[in-house]
Amino acid sequence: MVAKKGGNRGEDAEDELKREPLQAILLADSFATKFRPITLERPKVLLPLVNVPMIDYTLAWLESAGVEEVFVFCCAHSKQVIDYLKNSKWFGQPNFAVSTIESHDSISAGDALRLIYERHVINGDFILVTGDTVSNMPLIQALKEHKERRRKDNNAVMTIVIKQSKPSSITNQSRLGTEELFMAIDPGTKQLLYYEDKADDRKGTISLDKGLLMDNASISLHNDKQDCYIDICSPEVLSLFTDNFDYQHLRRHFVKGLLVDDIMGYKIFTHEIHASYAARIDNYRSYDTISKDIIQRWTYPLVPDVQFFGNCASKLERRGMYRASEVGLSRSAQIGPFTVIGNGTSIGSNTEISDSVVGEDCVIGSNVSIEGCYIWNNVTIENGCKLRHAIVCDGVIMKSGAVLEPGAVLSFKVVVGQQFIVPAYSKVSLLQQPVIKDSDEELEYDDNSSGIIGIPSISSTPEKLNDQFGTKLSDSQRRAGSEVGDGGVGFIWSLGEGGHEEEWRHSVAPIPADKLIEIIRTATDELEISNQDGNFLPPSGELEPDSVDNDSDEDARDDYSYFEKEVEATFLRAVHENVKEDHIILEVNALRLSYNLTSTDCASALFYSMMKLASDTPHDTPGELVKNVATVITKWKQLLKDYLSSIDEEIEVILKFEELCLESTKEYTPLFVQVLHLLYDQDVIQEKAILDWASEKEEAEESDKLFLKQAEKFIQWLNEASEEED
Amino acid sequence: MEIARGMDFQVVVLAGGFSKSLVPLVSKKVPKALLPVANRPVLSYVIDLLEQKNLKDLIVVVEGETAAHSVSAWISGTYIDRLHVEVAAVPEDVGTAGALRAIDHRLTAKDILVVSGDLVCDVPPGAVAATHRRHDAVVTALLCTAPASGPSDSGSSGAKDKAKKPGRYNIIALDPTKQFLLHIAAGAEVEKDIRVQKSILRAVSQMEIRADLMDAHMYAFKRSVLQDVLNQKETFQSLRRDVLPYLVRSQLRSELLSNGVQSDENGNSKDAMQNAKILPSQLLANASTPSFHELYALGPDGSSSITRKTHKCCVYIANKSKYCARLNSIQAFSDINRDVVGDANHLSGYSFSAQNNVIHPTAVLGSKTTVGPQCMLGDGSQMGDKCSVKKSVIGRHCRIGSNVKVVSSVIMDHITIGDGCSIQGSVICSNVQLQERVILKDCQVGAGFVVTAGSEYKAESLAKK
Repeated sequence: MVAKKGGNRGEDAEDELKREPLQAILLADSFATKFRPITLERPKVLLPLVNVPMIDYTLAWLESAGVEEVFVFCCAHSKQVIDYLKNSKWFGQPNFAVSTIESHDSISAGDALRLIYERHVINGDFILVTGDTVSNMPLIQALKEHKERRRKDNNAVMTIVIKQSKPSSITNQSRLGTEELFMAIDPGTKQLLYYEDKADDRKGTISLDKGLLMDNASISLHNDKQDCYIDICSPEVLSLFTDNFDYQHLRRHFVKGLLVDDIMGYKIFTHEIHASYAARIDNYRSYDTISKDIIQRWTYPLVPDVQFFGNCASKLERRGMYRASEVGLSRSAQIGPFTVIGNGTSIGSNTEISDSVVGEDCVIGSNVSIEGCYIWNNVTIENGCKLRHAIVCDGVIMKSGAVLEPGAVLSFKVVVGQQFIVPAYSKVSLLQQPVIKDSDEELEYDDNSSGIIGIPSISSTPEKLNDQFGTKLSDSQRRAGSEVGDGGVGFIWSLGEGGHEEEWRHSVAPIPADKLIEIIRTATDELEISNQDGNFLPPSGELEPDSVDNDSDEDARDDYSYFEKEVEATFLRAVHENVKEDHIILEVNALRLSYNLTSTDCASALFYSMMKLASDTPHDTPGELVKNVATVITKWKQLLKDYLSSIDEEIEVILKFEELCLESTKEYTPLFVQVLHLLYDQDVIQEKAILDWASEKEEAEESDKLFLKQAEKFIQWLNEASEEED
Repeated sequence: MEIARGMDFQVVVLAGGFSKSLVPLVSKKVPKALLPVANRPVLSYVIDLLEQKNLKDLIVVVEGETAAHSVSAWISGTYIDRLHVEVAAVPEDVGTAGALRAIDHRLTAKDILVVSGDLVCDVPPGAVAATHRRHDAVVTALLCTAPASGPSDSGSSGAKDKAKKPGRYNIIALDPTKQFLLHIAAGAEVEKDIRVQKSILRAVSQMEIRADLMDAHMYAFKRSVLQDVLNQKETFQSLRRDVLPYLVRSQLRSELLSNGVQSDENGNSKDAMQNAKILPSQLLANASTPSFHELYALGPDGSSSITRKTHKCCVYIANKSKYCARLNSIQAFSDINRDVVGDANHLSGYSFSAQNNVIHPTAVLGSKTTVGPQCMLGDGSQMGDKCSVKKSVIGRHCRIGSNVKVVSSVIMDHITIGDGCSIQGSVICSNVQLQERVILKDCQVGAGFVVTAGSEYKAESLAKK
């Protein structure tokens, strides 16, 4: 049993705390795919972390922190989780009730919480954690703060736990392998005001709503905090998830949703822990980091030599080495620092192991070199193998001389052939990689919502999986064999597109030095480029007005192009379906109002539509094209003229035509004067408009005068004509 | 603070010209710099402040020839024997950056202290200069607590406004040690969303964004940098809105030093080279913790394989008890006059009587006339019977009739006020004549204007056409 930390729960806590048992929801499914292919066969929460399933760390912590009732929500491999809990000591503890809630169709934390809401089991403030959390933080203080805030302000629905952790200045990821996090916190009240966890590299700035400073005299912006994914929630959180049925992810949807919603006024607060440990295993890198933290005793009392539920005794020796009681160790084997060796494992002569975890009942041969690896149970490693920064799951057999390069992951029961070299960052499994279609879907989820598992095979029960497995094994074994060497069994999963980027970021292997240099180089290059372009730093002093203006310009342009498309569609409908002109005018006016544009814009959009129609009508020679234009203009000039109430609008049409010639329809480029003349003859554009346009263009740059030069003669003629008239 | 002089600082006072926002208070004869605050020109507050700190070599830059003449005449009359003041006239509307560009050739010292001529404050400039030198910064700005009333607030001012939310002058981001300026939004930007550069936040880990500080427009610049920026960025108009934000924004990817090599400025490029070289050794030698700039400059791997150019933008935050205000609006004019004879009367340079007011010995008061606390009455002014003056400043040689009430107002020199007038929350410029029974509330009356008998105005600006 872990000693209770942070004082006795009943002592200084409020009466409320005593009356209502403290409840917790433990999500035994991370709704992510980062631990594939391992999680295809076993749920993530049951994966061993320093030889103890992750969920045991979470439960042991909750128990020691004074939680009395835990609801374990299982979805993927729910049967395995329930079976594990049934056979563990967690069921039937006094003062610590563990019950499971099973679901087969939840695809996100949001679904899980909605389901729990329907069960009506939560009746007060509760702790929300995932089953992959390792922590030793006392909850009393955070809970007390949360309840005090609640009493004053009913809208304070959630307190999230954060911890100091500066992301690397090179990779911009935290030591846990998660993306850097930007948060704005009110330094006085600790209210969370802004949360950005998925860094969009293109955006060099954080944009905070101006309203924030209206209410707060100062705001702290942080880039040095880590989200522990330990939340203290009020019961409203569950109903909020039910109300907003599209909320899936706890942070990306729920937290951000609450922060931008200023109608309901719900508030989220932060609680920063300093001395205690809290982290979540999100990916392979955090698996590596947290394992090392456990071995180096940051998580005390959840360390290998203190017995809590689920682990068996081991002894701490010199240099941070833990050894279980029954280890068969050859005299010449060298077990380096910060290494854990599980029960019943035997290690051959001249074998070197350092910074690694070896599970139970493993057989490691002679002359094996293991560095920074996580070797689970019942693994056989034959003589002369070499393993670097890899994860080796239960039942794997590595034949003699096989090599694992950094970042490799061998899933359950894979056999690596003799002398075979498993390349860096490769993932080997007995199961074939899900087909591309699925993974596309998955990628989409990954990017947009959180990586939700949408593949039925994941949530299928282990029996079903075994069935599939059993039938497939015989024929797949032969095919798979060649992938991992002679006598090997397993498929090497191909990395998705752009997957490489992710692999080194999130693997157990340290980031290679050349990669780091590469990043620094590109970062510097980018800086230089952006400096040259002046994108990053606009030449004028004020950044904001510039960029904001750009934004609004872009918006306006976007708006305009949508508008143009709609006008075109309307016009084409008119052409093909013989809609009356009046109706078109009505429709175009409606569009103008809805896009908040001027009648000048209507004129240029309509003109564009007409020219487009003309160029889209089949033609062989430029002459025919001009004929097309003539036909269209003759037919529709009344419509166009409806929007040409002044000279300015006519000039706008000429300018639009120029743009058309230059950009979208280059066909018109040599025909500029001809069409202009046509427009003049048809009385669409008056002489004055052309002359005004010409004089306006006189001052333009040389490159801009292309069409002016083309039209030189025509303009001259116009000038002379007008003089004659005078 | 003798050091300030020994430190090779050159002082430039930007005295402005005829500020449009101060019409009708300013006129051809009275440019902004000469507007009276407690019966002496506002410019004298800055010059006295500098003089106290032994900064006696000044360049006063005035927009417009006429204004320059007026200012020059006043300075030579007042400071002739004590200070060495050069008055430089620059064209109107060139902006603060343009003004410095125009006097570029006169800037020779290593660092330049630029002070706005409309600043009324008691923060020692030496403190800003020392901060600047200590960090070897390219710019150091003086920040002070924003006054209680907002910049755009109008109407009568007084204690009742104190409860108001602080006005938003600037949005400023500082590092946790409050020494470095990481972001500044000025002018119209203040009303927009706050955009903070991630690269700076990454380097500094944590920043504090505040809306309760005001850029007081007192800056120490490294001369070479200032000249570089002014020459290269020809579109820059304003120090506050363009130059300072630019320097702040580019602090982690400084364009200054590299450009310094090309510029033919003497010793500038050498400076840059030396800086880059000295840095690591300085770090080792210095026991103090390096700033995030220095760490960042060393590159992410801590080695100097890739040197990044950075520069430092520092701040000196004035103590809350210090007074600091800029006379840049009519409201500010009234507020500053009120404060200088009121809460901040140590600035006025007068000794206040037991009744907490200043009545010049030559002033004449009629019977039953009362002058309340926080008031000032200039020399040679006369007041009739049964008058009442509260929280107001009255200038020199004014003739005020009987039964006149003056509350929270500023009355300049040579003004005639008829019997039975009531003036509240107003500013009356020189040579104005108020005939009998005029009632003014929250008005500004331009120089030489005549208000006819019995008229009543509220919140209006009266001036000669």
